[in-house]
Amino acid sequence: MKKPELLVTPKSVDHISALIEMGADAFVIGEHQFGLRLAGEFSVSDVEKATKLIHEAGKKVYVAVNAIFHNDRIDALDNYLKEMQRIGVDALIFGDPAVVVAVRELEITIPLHWNPETIATNWFQANYWYERGAKRTVLARELSLDEVIEIKENAQPEIQVQIHGMTCMFQSKRSLLGNYFLYRDEVMEIENRKANKNMFLHDKERKNKYPIFEDVNGTHIFSPNDMCLIDELTELFEAGIDSLKFDGVLHTEGYINTVTNCYRQAIDAYFDTGEDAYDDIKDELLEKIEEIQPELRPLDTGFIFKETVY
Amino acid sequence: MLQLIENEKIRETVNGKRVITKKPELLAPAGSLEKLKVAVHYGADAVFIGGQEFGLRSNAGNFSIEEMREGVEFAKKYGAVIYVTTNIFAHNENMAGLEEYLQAIEGVGVRGIIVADPLIIETCRSVAPKLEIHLSTQQSLSNWKAVKYWKQEGLHRVVLAREVGAEEMFKMKEEVDIEIEAFVHGAMCIAYSGRCVLSNHMTARDSNRGGCCQSCRWDYDLYEEVDGGEKALFNEDDAPFAMSPKDLKLIESIPHMIELGIDSLKVEGRMKSIHYVATVISVYRKVIDAYCADPDNFKIQKEWLEELDRCANRPTASSFFEGEPGYEQQMFGDHASKMKWDFAGLVLDYDQATQMVTLQQRNYFKTGDTVEFFGPDIESFKLTVGQIWDEKGNELEIANHPLQIVKFKCERPLFSYNMMRKENI
Repeated sequence: MKKPELLVTPKSVDHISALIEMGADAFVIGEHQFGLRLAGEFSVSDVEKATKLIHEAGKKVYVAVNAIFHNDRIDALDNYLKEMQRIGVDALIFGDPAVVVAVRELEITIPLHWNPETIATNWFQANYWYERGAKRTVLARELSLDEVIEIKENAQPEIQVQIHGMTCMFQSKRSLLGNYFLYRDEVMEIENRKANKNMFLHDKERKNKYPIFEDVNGTHIFSPNDMCLIDELTELFEAGIDSLKFDGVLHTEGYINTVTNCYRQAIDAYFDTGEDAYDDIKDELLEKIEEIQPELRPLDTGFIFKETVY
Repeated sequence: MLQLIENEKIRETVNGKRVITKKPELLAPAGSLEKLKVAVHYGADAVFIGGQEFGLRSNAGNFSIEEMREGVEFAKKYGAVIYVTTNIFAHNENMAGLEEYLQAIEGVGVRGIIVADPLIIETCRSVAPKLEIHLSTQQSLSNWKAVKYWKQEGLHRVVLAREVGAEEMFKMKEEVDIEIEAFVHGAMCIAYSGRCVLSNHMTARDSNRGGCCQSCRWDYDLYEEVDGGEKALFNEDDAPFAMSPKDLKLIESIPHMIELGIDSLKVEGRMKSIHYVATVISVYRKVIDAYCADPDNFKIQKEWLEELDRCANRPTASSFFEGEPGYEQQMFGDHASKMKWDFAGLVLDYDQATQMVTLQQRNYFKTGDTVEFFGPDIESFKLTVGQIWDEKGNELEIANHPLQIVKFKCERPLFSYNMMRKENI
């Protein structure tokens, strides 16, 4: 059986070495002009430095160009893609079909990963985008384990699944935080909090807290819990999922390092020694994560064991 | 400033007068056969409906294949066409039965489907090739290069994201030769459609398969985290954080949209009443027709705007068409507002000789009430209701049974499908 890739999100160029040491196989980087909800902000020259560092260690680097683009960024997108081609990153993560057209027109040879988040829900779509150049599909986080496995069984592209961290549940183009402060005639609040990523919405009825922030892509709202599958990986391993992603958005470097290392240990135990070895350490790994888990961010298993109705 | 598309045949000069030769389609929602008939009768060029499968709005009225057939036949008499929404993002378990369903839709003469998932696009292409394929707004289509992508994929039409502004539409029309459909009226998502799963998290209902519970319209409290603690970012008397958008209303932007060459103007609201559909469609019909007939002397009339407000139960705004919407296009604090007018009755028949109208009651009214009649074939007028009779000729003072058939005298002629409304005091 093939070991799945452990994909993580560094917060800066300087953070990468630590994550390599912690056992990461691949990295998602980019900048918010083109990519959505990234853990860190990487300018083109940062991408260049990061790529060098990552390639020297024999690891992979993927750049996010998965924004919902409007006309005003289409020209800039072309230039950005050319820069990525020059730098030689290992994949471009996209959601907007404009990227497919641009890549064809510019004869970019970097492989594509299709990641529109919420709408990647069936294997037919995975194969559809595979035929159009996406060698990987990143599945929606709102799928059950059975759905994930069935997609993997029927999909031609590689399949990537999120196994840890928060998930985005809402993106609006509107400036919803800014509008709230403006409505209350508190313009200073907007200036004060422009770059802040420490706000959350409290849902009194459900006693949930939803992180919220704004950037050039609009307003983003996140799940109340961090998903954590550290002790539930067996079936994903057996299904042959190609890449397991830990999204560290809104977490600290220290947290990202520790969690990355826990998943490294889990994967290595299972694939180097066997299922029993993984079973032996998984509770301990979970405890280790629970110890450093921020109080405001309870852990759960996302939709993996949850049914939705409609 | 109006931007005009020049490279396309939108206008002509006839006897020295400019006229618009390319009228956009007026597209209406319908959650039932009755609503479909009303929409067409009141001037819709096309109607979109939901079937019993593969569509969003699982709790909206949805059509059986037989009802679709009847709807298509009815519309045909008016030269109107029907589209069916099949715009879920399917999960594996939703894939069964799709081919038969699409073939059945094609078989009853539906013009096209509105679709988001490539699974349904590709399946339709191979099993029901006569159906036009329109890309749903669920794909959040926001730039011209993505429009080009769907053109290359052979789609007939794209429905834009609600976040697209006038200038962006202009560029799309310039760059790509494909039909463009844009929303002009109705409720809308505050998120990019398709990119919101609040409902999944909060109520385990899948928003992208029709289960949306509109969690975005609830109130929340805004806090910030400071040194591991929580600090409220509101005072006791502040309205809570809210994301509820005012409803879209672009009636005054219709001339601009026509000049941009937008192919289809879409009214939202399959769950709305026949009164809503009739009022909204008739007003948009008047504006489109008046502008196209004489664009240079067009002026929006106050009565049209007032008429449109009569079926509104929420505040309205222009959203993204006229630029980035600010806080004044959202609703904070008390959301409730009341409809100014109630739908009181549907005209079934009118007897010229006796001047008696036969009406199906839709809301309480009584002798002495002032009511208003409107319809596509009459000028709106007011009337004080006199003696009311039931079907058997018994005298009534109050019409208070839903769907009761009643008669009373009206000197001005009425036609079936005309509607009666009553001011909400």
